Amino acid sequence: MNSLEPNKIDIKEILKHNIVVIIFLILTLIGVSLSGLPPYFMVSELVSRISRNSFLVLSLIIPILAGVGLNFGIVVGAMAGQTALIMITYWGIDGFPGILTSVLIATPIAIFLGWLTAKLFNKTKGQEMIAGLIVSFFATGIYQFIFLFVVGGAIKLYDTPMLKPDGIGLRNTISMGSKYGEGIKYGLDYLYRINLWYLLGAAAFLVMAWRIFKAVRRKQRLNPLRIIPYAALLILCIVIHVTPSMRLMANIKAPVVTWLIIAALCFFTVLIKKTKLGQDFKAVGQSQHISAVAGIHVDKTRTIAVIISTVLASWGQIIFLQNVGTMNTYGSHMQVGMFAVAAILIGGASVSEAKISHAIVGTILFHSVFIVSPTAGKALFGDAQIGEFFRAFVVYGVIGVSLGLHAWKLATKKIKKAD
Amino acid sequence: MDKYLLQMINIKKNYSGNQVLKGIDLSLKAGEIHCLLGENGAGKSTLMNILFGMDVIHSTGGFEGDILIDGKSVDINSPKEAMESNIGMVHQEFMLIPSFSITENIKLNREITKGNPVSKVFGERLKTVDFKAMNEDARVALDKLDMGIEEYTTVAGLPVGHMQFVEIAREIDKSHLEILVFDEPTAVLTESEADNLLKTMKKLASQGIAILFITHRLDEVMTVSDKVTVLRDGELVACKKTSDTSVEEIAELMVGRKINIVMKNKKDESEQEILLDIKNLHVEMPGEEVKGVDLHVKKGEILGIGGLAGQGKIGIANGIMGLFPSTGEISLKGAATALNDTTNMLSNGVAFVSEDRRGVGLVLDESIELNIAFTAMKVDNRFMKKYGFFYLQNGKAMKQHANKMIEDFDIRCTGPRQHVGHLSGGNQQKVCVARALTQNPDILFISEPTRGIDIGAKKLVLDLLLKLNTEQGMTIIMTSSELAELRSISDRIAIVSEGKLTGILPPDAPDAKYGLLMSGMKEGE
Amino acid sequence: MKKYIDAIGMPRLIISSLFIFVLILGGSIGMPMGGFLTDIIKRMGMYGILVLAMVPSIQSGMGPNFALPVGIICGLLGIVLGQEIGVVGFPGFLTAIGISLPFAIFIGFFYGKFLNMIKGMEMTVATYTGFAIVQFMCIAWIMLPFQDGTMKWALGRGLRNTFPLKRTYGEVLDNFLRFEIGGVSIPTGLLLFFFGACFLVYLFTKSKTGTEVLAGGMNPKYAKAAGVDIDRRRIAANILSTVLGAVGIIVYSQSFGFVNLYTAPLMMAFPAVAAVLIGGATASRAQVSHVIIGVVLFQGLLAVALPVLNVLVPGSNLSEIIRMVVQNGVILYALTKVNTGGRR
Repeated sequence: MNSLEPNKIDIKEILKHNIVVIIFLILTLIGVSLSGLPPYFMVSELVSRISRNSFLVLSLIIPILAGVGLNFGIVVGAMAGQTALIMITYWGIDGFPGILTSVLIATPIAIFLGWLTAKLFNKTKGQEMIAGLIVSFFATGIYQFIFLFVVGGAIKLYDTPMLKPDGIGLRNTISMGSKYGEGIKYGLDYLYRINLWYLLGAAAFLVMAWRIFKAVRRKQRLNPLRIIPYAALLILCIVIHVTPSMRLMANIKAPVVTWLIIAALCFFTVLIKKTKLGQDFKAVGQSQHISAVAGIHVDKTRTIAVIISTVLASWGQIIFLQNVGTMNTYGSHMQVGMFAVAAILIGGASVSEAKISHAIVGTILFHSVFIVSPTAGKALFGDAQIGEFFRAFVVYGVIGVSLGLHAWKLATKKIKKAD
Repeated sequence: MDKYLLQMINIKKNYSGNQVLKGIDLSLKAGEIHCLLGENGAGKSTLMNILFGMDVIHSTGGFEGDILIDGKSVDINSPKEAMESNIGMVHQEFMLIPSFSITENIKLNREITKGNPVSKVFGERLKTVDFKAMNEDARVALDKLDMGIEEYTTVAGLPVGHMQFVEIAREIDKSHLEILVFDEPTAVLTESEADNLLKTMKKLASQGIAILFITHRLDEVMTVSDKVTVLRDGELVACKKTSDTSVEEIAELMVGRKINIVMKNKKDESEQEILLDIKNLHVEMPGEEVKGVDLHVKKGEILGIGGLAGQGKIGIANGIMGLFPSTGEISLKGAATALNDTTNMLSNGVAFVSEDRRGVGLVLDESIELNIAFTAMKVDNRFMKKYGFFYLQNGKAMKQHANKMIEDFDIRCTGPRQHVGHLSGGNQQKVCVARALTQNPDILFISEPTRGIDIGAKKLVLDLLLKLNTEQGMTIIMTSSELAELRSISDRIAIVSEGKLTGILPPDAPDAKYGLLMSGMKEGE
Repeated sequence: MKKYIDAIGMPRLIISSLFIFVLILGGSIGMPMGGFLTDIIKRMGMYGILVLAMVPSIQSGMGPNFALPVGIICGLLGIVLGQEIGVVGFPGFLTAIGISLPFAIFIGFFYGKFLNMIKGMEMTVATYTGFAIVQFMCIAWIMLPFQDGTMKWALGRGLRNTFPLKRTYGEVLDNFLRFEIGGVSIPTGLLLFFFGACFLVYLFTKSKTGTEVLAGGMNPKYAKAAGVDIDRRRIAANILSTVLGAVGIIVYSQSFGFVNLYTAPLMMAFPAVAAVLIGGATASRAQVSHVIIGVVLFQGLLAVALPVLNVLVPGSNLSEIIRMVVQNGVILYALTKVNTGGRR
């Protein structure tokens, strides 16, 4: 509910607000041109990565809204998801049913773990982000204890390639295939696939039509900036389809069901913001003190936000692993936190503010940089390793700078308020 | 016969042994504007905190007495329950979320919601917020206050006067609001904004709302109120119809008291030499701003600085000592001296005992000996042994000195290494004074010297200050909210109101004069 | 009873009990106690200075130094450059320290200025900026034109992940005046160096600057009222902490016998933080005694747990798991006791 938005286009404002996105766009373009990767490969890789990572990144929005900051504790949720996948892989439940079952199993685990994480965050107010990092290490220790030691030892498993040779503890890598077949790999993705460009083109067309329709109905002047990007996208789709040399590209398929689920989460996030709970999230995120005086139960509200985030992260990890197909048993979940956080920050979010567009745009940019870094590094420096180090540097650097800016703003605000 | 809307009967409150309210009665009728007056510590805020169910009351043992609304006894244990009893409060510190709109602030945690499919399953909190209905309500409230501003404007960036009106709008939006409490509302307003507020109060009263108005501005009291209640030291001093009294009478009631502490024997004409000359001092201390003070301190005198809380008297010492950004001109011992330079002041023989004993005056988790020695260590390199380029703490010297101080001031402790945080308030204060005196200063600034200390210790501290002044000729500038103690040992007393000096009086000047100066009326008005 | 528990502190109690338990376990299955003691003492000297780096940082109010990797990088630069120059033996060790010092002071100064701008969230920001700098140096290790054969990859570019110090100054301190007693090998030089460093840091805390740092950390308003320039003192504390980090990794590497580059420094802050906390420090109070107690308890526990568990439960990684749980659990506990934030 803000004051009326001016309809004019202020280039300087746009630049200032989106400086991070622009920097990374440039970085991506440089990387793409340097790496010399075929565009078809890039796009198809990108589609894959967006499909499997967006959900995780989106799960970060609600905690930011509620003032809990960047929830590095989503790693804990990812562990819940993995635990469920381990179980259904062992029981041999394949395909989409396997995915549904793992969601059913993961959710209560994630709710419990999220509740614990929230308790921790409520006790470490002001330091949630480092508490989240450390708790992810701590939880990994416990996770390792269970799966390296208890499983196979105290809890016996039979007739499965998942166990280590000596029978105690799971292997380091588990394929999502089970003894019965492909397992849950692509269980979600392959449910239904459409040509990417049909999908994008149709979506772009629909958005444009909707915007024009709304403007006509309200008898308002339409801001061209709100149509041009979609028109461009639509034209791009048509061009790709028509150009013979782009045939490989033109045949890239998109996993519709997965994308629908991601869209559903976006929809859910928007809806929650409109409820009383969402309004409470915003209030608590802006000022815990004032919210408390107004009678809002601050700790409980934060707890709900963290639990939702953890549950979403558990589902997100399931989506991730069904696409990747193999689980790095002891490591898959660790990077989840950093990568998701870096992605949403690159998309323009901050510790105190995050929108859906930040998540989606950020995921696209982050993974573009990710894809091209090794080959770009090789092209530029003769060493692919440098590219990999560079992208890790970017991840930590983005997080560090974002946290630094946030801390600086907080510190200057405190000085103004003083005693 | 009008029934009383609110009755507070024989209210008593005790904060760990300190009887802050000693049996207060207060009654309010619908449509009445009732002013509540008193010095700091008189009990006004405590009384309002009780009425509004604030946690600070209930987590410290509750209160005694009864509250009746419309003749029925009520039990108010939280702000929410106060709200349910139709009591609203406009706080001194705004409870507004800057990035929210006016509507969202007015409706904070009272949002209007509509059911939806999800909420039927998952509960109340998932109902959709009905912004349209909320905006309509907000509009109604704003219109009642003649505020033309759009209800969906963001609060951040609104002028302070408007923000206050949003606070009020929030309260009157609460249906069935019958009693509205204003806690020093005009403190942050400009003159025209304050006038506007008073007009609005009258309007609300005419609509039947009973208003409790805490202020120290006597002119406002006379302008707008129907009745006045004066509190002093936790007791009800008077409750009068405004039409039956005058500014002077109220001022005297506020201030006058039996003086328990023997007045100092006035010494003969003190030296006229000016030790510290302060011109046009402005200090940005949040809550105690100084807005242009001219003052000179004579050598060998005890100068008292008094005034009501939040009026700036505390800011003077803090500003001169460089703890908060200041402008102005000061000259010390005849030489122009820089402001905003703590070290400069300290090395020029000026010592400071802060009003914030635990926050500024002490390091609670450290030993008595370190606390006492620190400033002298930093400024004069005392209690240090030199080893080439480095100074190392001289533990033995520190301990010796601390022991001497413990003996001289009778500091009750288990030894010089005990952590200061474990001492009683009075003994902590002695440590603070010891620290300042360790510097062997020429001038001592001491603020709120006996705050939170029992009567016996109070006398000790004041006697000590007197002794330092008469025997060692130390110039002392004592800032205090307790007029009585200022009058008992000062040679002159300056009163600060709204950040400016309103006058300087001798200790034996009549109570009424003090009261007037403290309410902002300059000498001669 | 509760008073005793509070005085000792829950973390210390739990970990001491664990430590004693594993020791007894080891003894009961016949493992050589002498070997244990040798290992514990060696670890104390090895890790000690890195843990010492936490003291100035905590005392100045910046919390434990989660950006220890920054200081470590300075130390690694010293080692690498020293190796390139080719000095061996004890002089080689000193050269490494000497080269690392200007880096540590320089970087400590600017990093301290940076931390002054973000009071209240130093720990969080420090962690990630530390990570970023380590990753950046990874690129540097590949790209910088070093020539020394021991350090470089034989084929390809850049420095190896790990290279030995055996031929230069590996264990130079350890072996100095080493003697055996009752089956325990005492690395005298190492211990002398460590305790010497402890003494110097102790002197610092009692110096004028150190006292001002302490006051500024415990109550900034109090220090300000005495004219202390808190920002400058924090920078001084940060420089000291960075220098200790640099010296610490050099001592560690010589004792270990190998130099670990690339991503090794990433996680090195956390065991150091945990150690000082186990020794009795909190996020706002620390003394040198906490360092000594903590490093003995924590590293001692790990030193004993690894071999004992390897015998009892072969092939498992239990000791590593214990380390993860204990180390991070202690840090979490300390974080819940920090009284910042909350109300806005």
